[in-house]
Amino acid sequence: MKRLMTGNQAIARGAFEAGVTVASAYPGTPSTEIIETMATYPEIYAEWSTNEKVALEVGIGASIGGARALVAMKHVGVNVAADPLFTFSYTGVNGGLVLVSAGDPGMHSSQNEQDNRNYAKFAKIPVLEPSDSQECKDFVLLAFQLSEQFDTPVMVRTTTRVAHGQSLVTLGERQEGLLKDYEKNPPKYVMLPGYGRQRHPVVEDRRKALAAYNETAPVNRIEWGDKRIGVITSGVVYQYVKEALPEASVLKLGMTFPLPQQLIKDFAGQVEKLYVIEELEPFLEEQIRAWGIEVVGKELFPRIGELSPELIGAKLGDWQQEAAVAAEVPNRPPVLCPGCPHRGVYYVINRLKLTVSGDIGCYTLGATPPLSAMDTCICMGASISGALGLEKARGKEFARKLVAVIGDSTFLHSGITGLLDVVYNGGTFTTLILDNSTTAMTGHQEHPGTGCRVDHTPAPAVDLEQLVRSLGVKRVRTVDPYDLAEVERVLKEETAAEEASVVIAKRPCVLLKGHQPTGGPVRVDESLCTECGRCRRLGCPALVFKTAKPSVDTTLCNGCGQCVQVCRFNALVKEGEAND
Amino acid sequence: MTKVMNILLVGVGGQGTVLASKVLGQVALSLGQEVKVAEIHGMSQRGGSVVTQVRYGEKVYAPTIPLGKADVILAFEKMEALRWLPYLKKGGRVIVNDQELDPMPVIVGSVSYPEKVIEQLAVHGQVTVVPALQLAEEAGNAKATNVVLLGVLAQSLGIEPEIWRQVLADSVPPKTLAVNKKAFELGLNYKAEDVSSVS
Repeated sequence: MKRLMTGNQAIARGAFEAGVTVASAYPGTPSTEIIETMATYPEIYAEWSTNEKVALEVGIGASIGGARALVAMKHVGVNVAADPLFTFSYTGVNGGLVLVSAGDPGMHSSQNEQDNRNYAKFAKIPVLEPSDSQECKDFVLLAFQLSEQFDTPVMVRTTTRVAHGQSLVTLGERQEGLLKDYEKNPPKYVMLPGYGRQRHPVVEDRRKALAAYNETAPVNRIEWGDKRIGVITSGVVYQYVKEALPEASVLKLGMTFPLPQQLIKDFAGQVEKLYVIEELEPFLEEQIRAWGIEVVGKELFPRIGELSPELIGAKLGDWQQEAAVAAEVPNRPPVLCPGCPHRGVYYVINRLKLTVSGDIGCYTLGATPPLSAMDTCICMGASISGALGLEKARGKEFARKLVAVIGDSTFLHSGITGLLDVVYNGGTFTTLILDNSTTAMTGHQEHPGTGCRVDHTPAPAVDLEQLVRSLGVKRVRTVDPYDLAEVERVLKEETAAEEASVVIAKRPCVLLKGHQPTGGPVRVDESLCTECGRCRRLGCPALVFKTAKPSVDTTLCNGCGQCVQVCRFNALVKEGEAND
Repeated sequence: MTKVMNILLVGVGGQGTVLASKVLGQVALSLGQEVKVAEIHGMSQRGGSVVTQVRYGEKVYAPTIPLGKADVILAFEKMEALRWLPYLKKGGRVIVNDQELDPMPVIVGSVSYPEKVIEQLAVHGQVTVVPALQLAEEAGNAKATNVVLLGVLAQSLGIEPEIWRQVLADSVPPKTLAVNKKAFELGLNYKAEDVSSVS
């Protein structure tokens, strides 16, 4: 029986069949559903870790302890986990370890589109690139086998179209009883310089052995067709190539580091013109060129964004299409939801003309008009440490109008060390933690502050106020973000204070069950509306302006009442509440 | 190459396009053919423009539908149908929910919502306009708009309604099943005149 699965579900299934018993991750699009699926298998211990470095270290410990372990993250998560990754490459594994890196060409939900195959090369570990859900499952199974056979962590790299594409998968049985013995072995697992020097040659020999293996690896295949065009490709781009150039000869590479030189040379020698078609970086192309093989790649295909059958077909084939010309349609950028507790906070920040050192999450959307309340957003945790740098560059007076804005999950991920640095080094700006009790952007995952684990069993919930006090912050205030006057008063007081302060704006995400506002949609009293436009500056999707006066889309409005507070003329009324 | 059926579902994040594409994918599976579905999760789900894609046939390669190759665009919002129109094949079908959701640039007043959307769609394809929100409210919940639209789609794909009903029952939360069933039937039985067709 074949089942329709996303790549992420198929990766989890592959890990299940491979006998994995420990799985860890931090949520990140497009990787999130891997661990959510793992958590549904009772045989597997799965966890949301506090960040990707922690997740990989948990996996490393499990591997050294003899278990097969799967660790999953988005591409930028590997940056966070890079430190343990590079040295784990030296120690190698006991039980197999597979690191899934889910990339996002086109930046559907990411801050950059780095090509993580470079990490495999950099860390000298093999990387497999599945092109559909069946391969996701099969490649994960193979990855565990290779991990143990070659004593190495193995990367399985997906991209959005593989991770979130559904296709058919044949299920298999789970392998059981694979837990290996644990033996203390310091020369292998204690990377003192002396031991590290012994391990590095092992890594280089392993790289050569893997390259030799890859010459005949079952995950590479040649599909001979018209030999006038030969294409080397991998991952989802293989699917695009097959659709665009059904007649071409194709070398589909399943393992893209270390590359099989002879296989590629033989293929190149039998086709008239050789192309490498790959998304993002010329990862395959550069190596193939370095071997002196003539090849066409990035001079023809973009280095930016996703590829597609029509793009490839238009460059190389006789692609026919009768597409309509695109009409002029306004953009529809993502926005904070109606009732989002972040909205009013940003409205106040905008009014107070604060400089905002921002961070990664739903609340990054506060950067867009009309809220326009963010100055920087670089990576997870950079809001607080970046704000300290801003203050040190521009002085304490600048810090009187400076806030770092970070979500609860992001604060726990990598904001704590930054805040400790602020206390230690005498920063005086205000850190605003937008605590909506969830990891919202990636689809509402639990974290150490929510009181639940990935499988929704209860867990200790960290108390943010106590946590920041224990770091040495003396000025700590908690406010209800729905109370805009209070938010404004507290932010004014705390930014004015010449010492480190933290304001926690605490209210659960409006999409969480049981946390929708009550009282029904807001009503507009048109007789009182002066068309001043203040409510428009909230940027609520439920307030519609067919004229200069607002009207309320009752299918969207959940009666949070933030706009009611913004209106100075009582023209916005919560149903069931009289004007006063 | 044998025929691949290409259906593009477009709308606004939060309208239920992902659930609709899951149902459609499972329904297509009943034909015993290869099925591929492409979804986008994450940031765009927060009120942004979203597209999911369903393809089925004897052999399907790319999970995404190339420009100009969609047989059907199922649009949950009017302007989104127009945005994704270049994906429709000449003379293809557009099933469009007659609902306007203003995007933020319109709300802040920097641009206007496009006019004569249906007429622009009809230049390129056969357009069926559906008052899906009203039908969903009639079924008992505005959130069932996506299932109303699936009902209308079911009229034209030639797959047994009973298969749709079964997949739907397996896909929605049990307590919403009654409303979703009704919404599906309202869509299935909705009779609309094609606005116009390509000459």
